[in-house]
Amino acid sequence: MARVIRGRAWVLGDNISTDHIISGKYKFAKINRLEDMLPYVFEEVIPEFYKKVQPGDVIVAGRGFGYGSSREHAPRLLKLAGVGAVLAKSFHRIFYRNSINIGLPVIIVQRIPEVTEQGDEIEVDLEAGVVRNATKGVEERFQPPPRQLLEILEAGGIVEYIKKMNRLPW
Amino acid sequence: MSAARTLTEKLFEGKLGRVPERGEIVVVPIDLVYAHDGTFTLALDVMKETPLLSRVFDPKRVALFIDHAAPAPTVAAALVHRAMRRFAKEHGVRLFDVGTGISHQVVADEGLVKPGMFVVGADSHTVTGGAFTAFATGVGSTDAAIAMATGKLWMRVPEQVRLKLSGEAPGYIMGKDIVLTIIGMVRSDGMIYKAVEFQGEGLKTISMDSRMTISNMAVEMGAKVGLFPSDAVAREWYRVNHGTEVPLLEPDAGAEYDEELELELPRLEPVVAAPPNVDNVKPVREVEGLEVDQVFIGSCTNGRYEDYVAAARILKGRRVKDGVRCIAVPASRKVYERLLRNGIIDILVEAGCFVAFGTCGPCIGAHLGLLGEGEVAVSTTNRNFTGRMGHKESKVYLASPATAAAAAVTGRITDPRELLPADARLMVVDPSYSFKP
Repeated sequence: MARVIRGRAWVLGDNISTDHIISGKYKFAKINRLEDMLPYVFEEVIPEFYKKVQPGDVIVAGRGFGYGSSREHAPRLLKLAGVGAVLAKSFHRIFYRNSINIGLPVIIVQRIPEVTEQGDEIEVDLEAGVVRNATKGVEERFQPPPRQLLEILEAGGIVEYIKKMNRLPW
Repeated sequence: MSAARTLTEKLFEGKLGRVPERGEIVVVPIDLVYAHDGTFTLALDVMKETPLLSRVFDPKRVALFIDHAAPAPTVAAALVHRAMRRFAKEHGVRLFDVGTGISHQVVADEGLVKPGMFVVGADSHTVTGGAFTAFATGVGSTDAAIAMATGKLWMRVPEQVRLKLSGEAPGYIMGKDIVLTIIGMVRSDGMIYKAVEFQGEGLKTISMDSRMTISNMAVEMGAKVGLFPSDAVAREWYRVNHGTEVPLLEPDAGAEYDEELELELPRLEPVVAAPPNVDNVKPVREVEGLEVDQVFIGSCTNGRYEDYVAAARILKGRRVKDGVRCIAVPASRKVYERLLRNGIIDILVEAGCFVAFGTCGPCIGAHLGLLGEGEVAVSTTNRNFTGRMGHKESKVYLASPATAAAAAVTGRITDPRELLPADARLMVVDPSYSFKP
């Protein structure tokens, strides 16, 4: 995974739940593979998101992103769709943990969600801890993930880390 | 010299031999790890990826539950169940198959969760175990796979909140009214990442069934865990249900918390969470009269003995209103059997309820009662997100079993006090209590 992520912003509000990202009912539909669930990502909030999103695009949301179920399908499907990072004012903890585990950068910022509009150009430098909205010319620093978590993210998730290093990160 | 400790600090100390700092990242041995048919498929994918993860550290500390789509409503679900049975057989892991019940209830029924344990489950409502003074929290499938394979997981030591429940709750109040009121107060993101410890003299009057409801919904305020002490109420519950003595675990007087809140129980009244968010909490009287199409009494939140006793208090000798479906799904076979023995199933069936047991189906819109366009439900479950229980143009009001049963009888949202005997006490602390219809 690149340390610098560049893409367009998809702006969402507060309390985006795992049900918004992928509804639980699809886990038991005529679906066995994650790819088959892609058409239902953000079904009610951004219809056909999987067709519209481009690799590296960034989700910019408000408070309480990832509220709800422990279903790891949610961050995995965002990553599979091409989302490069999720920026939000706060994250619910299971979603946050799942995202790190599968190698999807999740970043807590306060000002960027206030100024960002749909389609703005966003740049995230994970190591330097800076998010920039190039369209609006606004920059915000964030606390970069601890070294161990950054290593997991860079490996592309904890499974990739274990495969590469042949040991757990702790 | 030893400083006063919070309950959270005592639980971490029990595992690490020292009290970690808030925010510190520690690796904790896990006493129990479980997953279900909604989350295990992805965990199995992870375990297949690398030999380091394709094993089970201790089959006795790992459990699988077929509860989310049980019995299988689709061929896709049946294939998931088949893979789980194979895995369980291959690794000698306990599998709780179709008809046993919902994981969080079954771990209580079987006595698998005890005070002092660290428990992780690949389900956000694993926090239910906080009622049993276990540091029980939800994780995703990758974490579940790692915990199953290694018996360990990293955790960030959370900030700690004392939530004092003062006074005594009125008789018509249930655990659901208490937890919904708290969520309305702190909002759905108010406790993100924090350990919430329920304390205060009010605990004496809060039953284990209601404590499970309160801990279950701790995740709806963002909390990592919602902990009750193993006080006299909890210890008596273990004696009666499992014939075991469990240690007294409670915070020290004078322990320091990052935040303190208080809820005065005597001021409570029946509440609902109106769609589309769990923190949209209002007194029942504010939405009274709204017509309902379906009532659901069940789930890991409110599918316990106490919940159906409360419903039976209202349904006995009455009928579910024409045109309303009332679906009752006790959380486990053990709960169902106890209800059967005490005549409560008779009351539910005679009133016109559809009764099944041991599945999450309706709560997640998987099966047994999806909502159509424009329909309104009163449900005792934990989430009312748009489209959660069916069509995106349906609406779900979360409420206590008493409030749900009242809606089933009148066909509209109704304050349960209008239908309850004046002396009703819906939370019953005595674990051997039998309802006499």
